[in-house]
Amino acid sequence: MFDNFMILFDAPVFSIDLLVNGMLIGAIFVLAAYGMALVWGVMNIINVAQGEFVMLGGYVTLVVVKLGLNPLFGIPISALVLYAIGWLMYRSVIYRVVDRDVFTSLLATFGISILLAQLTNQVFGANVQTIDTGLGTWYFMNGDVTVAIIKVIAFVLAVFLGLVLWLFLKKSRTGQAIRATSQNPRAARILGIDTHRIYATTYSVSAALCGAAGSLVVMAWAVHPYIGLPYTVRSFMVVIIAGLGNLPGVIMAGLGLGVAENFAGFILGTEFQIAFVFLLMIAVLVWRNFALRRQRKYLK
Amino acid sequence: MSTVLLHVASVSKSFGGVEANRDISLTVNEGSIVGLIGPNGSGKTTLFNSIVGYHPVDTGSIRFQNKEITRLLVPDIARLGLLRTFQQTRIYGKMSCIQNMQISMPLEEHTLRSVFKALPKKDMQEIEDMLAFVGLHSKRHLLAGDLSFGQQKLLEFAMALIAGPKLLLLDEPTAGINPTLINGLIDRLKVANQELGITLLIIEHNMRVMMNITDHIYCLAHGTLLAEGSPEDIQNNQTVIDAYLGAH
Amino acid sequence: MKIYHYIILLLALAAPFLLPDYRTQLAFLWVMIILALSWDILGGQMGYNSFGNIIFFGIGMYTCAVFQRDAGLSYYPALLLGMGLGGIVAMLSAVILGNALLGMRGHYFSIGTLGLSIAAGELAGGWDFIGAGSGMTTPMFPGALGDRDIFFYFLFFAWTLVTFITLRWLYRSRFGLAINAIRDNEDKAEAMGIYTTRYKVVAWIISALFLGVIGGGAGNIIGFIDPKEVAFSGSTFGVWMILMAITGGKGTLWGPVIGATVFHITQELFWTLLLGWQRVALGLLIVLIVLFFPEGILGWLRQRYPQRFAANSIKPDQAS
Repeated sequence: MFDNFMILFDAPVFSIDLLVNGMLIGAIFVLAAYGMALVWGVMNIINVAQGEFVMLGGYVTLVVVKLGLNPLFGIPISALVLYAIGWLMYRSVIYRVVDRDVFTSLLATFGISILLAQLTNQVFGANVQTIDTGLGTWYFMNGDVTVAIIKVIAFVLAVFLGLVLWLFLKKSRTGQAIRATSQNPRAARILGIDTHRIYATTYSVSAALCGAAGSLVVMAWAVHPYIGLPYTVRSFMVVIIAGLGNLPGVIMAGLGLGVAENFAGFILGTEFQIAFVFLLMIAVLVWRNFALRRQRKYLK
Repeated sequence: MSTVLLHVASVSKSFGGVEANRDISLTVNEGSIVGLIGPNGSGKTTLFNSIVGYHPVDTGSIRFQNKEITRLLVPDIARLGLLRTFQQTRIYGKMSCIQNMQISMPLEEHTLRSVFKALPKKDMQEIEDMLAFVGLHSKRHLLAGDLSFGQQKLLEFAMALIAGPKLLLLDEPTAGINPTLINGLIDRLKVANQELGITLLIIEHNMRVMMNITDHIYCLAHGTLLAEGSPEDIQNNQTVIDAYLGAH
Repeated sequence: MKIYHYIILLLALAAPFLLPDYRTQLAFLWVMIILALSWDILGGQMGYNSFGNIIFFGIGMYTCAVFQRDAGLSYYPALLLGMGLGGIVAMLSAVILGNALLGMRGHYFSIGTLGLSIAAGELAGGWDFIGAGSGMTTPMFPGALGDRDIFFYFLFFAWTLVTFITLRWLYRSRFGLAINAIRDNEDKAEAMGIYTTRYKVVAWIISALFLGVIGGGAGNIIGFIDPKEVAFSGSTFGVWMILMAITGGKGTLWGPVIGATVFHITQELFWTLLLGWQRVALGLLIVLIVLFFPEGILGWLRQRYPQRFAANSIKPDQAS
């Protein structure tokens, strides 16, 4: 562990490698976090199944490839399939909990999370799976910094999707209705907005976003049935660092988390990377809470 | 009988850019009933929240029984004997009325033993009397959440009384209560003040109630102190009337 | 004590002799009941849904196993002291974690504890001192195989009794009312002068004690401690305890007992028929129960027959 730490000093070029690759995966975290923030902000539900949507997006793309299509087709198809799954989830489960206390929705989405993860495990098995896009790798600085081209594409697409969603929320009629509902569902209902339809759209769009993200994950990295929860936790962490409705904050926090995770994985060893993610979340929670307590306790 | 119980000195509180309270000072004497009036949004509840430590104030100081309480936390202030009721009534909905009262009873001594031992039977008489006093005796075994809004308000009042505060801040005690019961409530407030010796600071929009029971009234408008004086003074004060009717 | 108390007690004492083939499963029933009861202290009575109580189970399990391995004592004293030590270490962890986590409200706490339980499993899987990913084996029982199950049955039964009676007493004290008040309206409780954080931490410590002790015992009856599948098994025991408490009726004394019994019997009878789809069914079951049966068995009975089932934990003034 200490040896790895020293390597970073002896060969600073590794840091650049970790930094670049960390930011590339950070873009995926930003997408998933954006999806979570959307559901959280509009419906006041913390969707524990958010990460499972990412995982499912990866598996949909795997199926697409098995059917003989180019993996890049997997991105829109995953988004579409996940949109449908999100809609089904909303119509069968979420709409029953959207007006109830936050514990009910938390437990219900927790149940969905287990259900989806275990179902995937039954259907596809527990193996780690990935797709080789055959796009090759770029080498910089005498090969000390390696960047898979698909990761760059994933990064660009993630930024693009984020922008599209942001524009959709700002400009489109539905987007405005979603924002109105998030601010005051009762007033929105009185003004003739069908809030249940808005909720269904929000939840499905959020699932679709994660589906696209998952499709990028399986091409640039890998998936297995249990990667969902770490993605949920990462999204949660990004949202609580940035705050709801703070898009630049979400981007910064997501990229920062990707970098932090990459460095931690290198220094501590990859077997501790997941533990690092979860412990970091607890640290963030405790720190946020401590800051709030101070505010209440002392004068400013 | 003019010992100062609560002294609020130049308290200001802003939320973002909105100044909810600006440079407010008021004094509550021991044994008195003091009223706090003002149009909606004039900062009355914010002032209550500041006094009980719900949020820190920006500037100014709050003293209770000559003790600085500005920086204390909510439960610490409550234990000094300064309690408040809420405008949107807060009770423990899934507990029976009696349980609501039991947990509000003050502990004689704050030891682990008294927290973990069985609830003392001797408290029951006092609890039943208090519930009878507010007219909820027949409902005592019901879950508090199943009571009507007015009844919940009475229960919250009873919980505050049985806790034995020195000063009780009441946030709109008659709002939502059946008008025919308001006279009864006025009597109960007087009994609480005279027989139980509890000093009262009341936010209220019902002027009849305020004129009837208070010794002294403070009027807020737009976050500042507009006027103070005896009920008669306030009733005849042109600026107060303008503030309420919206003249400029 | 009422008549049904005696009947249950008698049944519990006779069960391993009436059903000699199922002694291990019967012993495990007590583990399940303790899991559900101790989850309900926070989840039901205090309104803080912890997704990470399993961490204390695992801590107790590892502490006990390490003590048995390294203390050099003979079997029985090592086991009993190890279980006790497991409880103490679990309590100490609860003190530290509680002060850090319980200042947060509701759902932040839930997600925080969820992260905690997974992090614990990952860390245990990488720590060589406790066998890392290959886990630990607990010592062999010195006596005959049949005696082993009887021994653990009565050991666990005794601890269940201690748990149950302690909780029964707690829920009738001011402590019980205070944590109920926190569940119903924490701001109000603070405004009435209750130091809520202290109560919350103490409640978690109590929960950790019962879990830590039984964790040590459970590790021994299972015989093998895997970091993610046995000790910090979020996807089995960790979820089961929540499900059992809710099924039986959370926030009641008997609810978790009933829920654990129903769940355990169902699981033993029908679970194998699912052929590997158990964990899928588990997820589905959580969703269904949360949506359609949130009050649980006891809660439902109470709504149907309020006279007969309004248990004394609701009206401590009438209990004797």
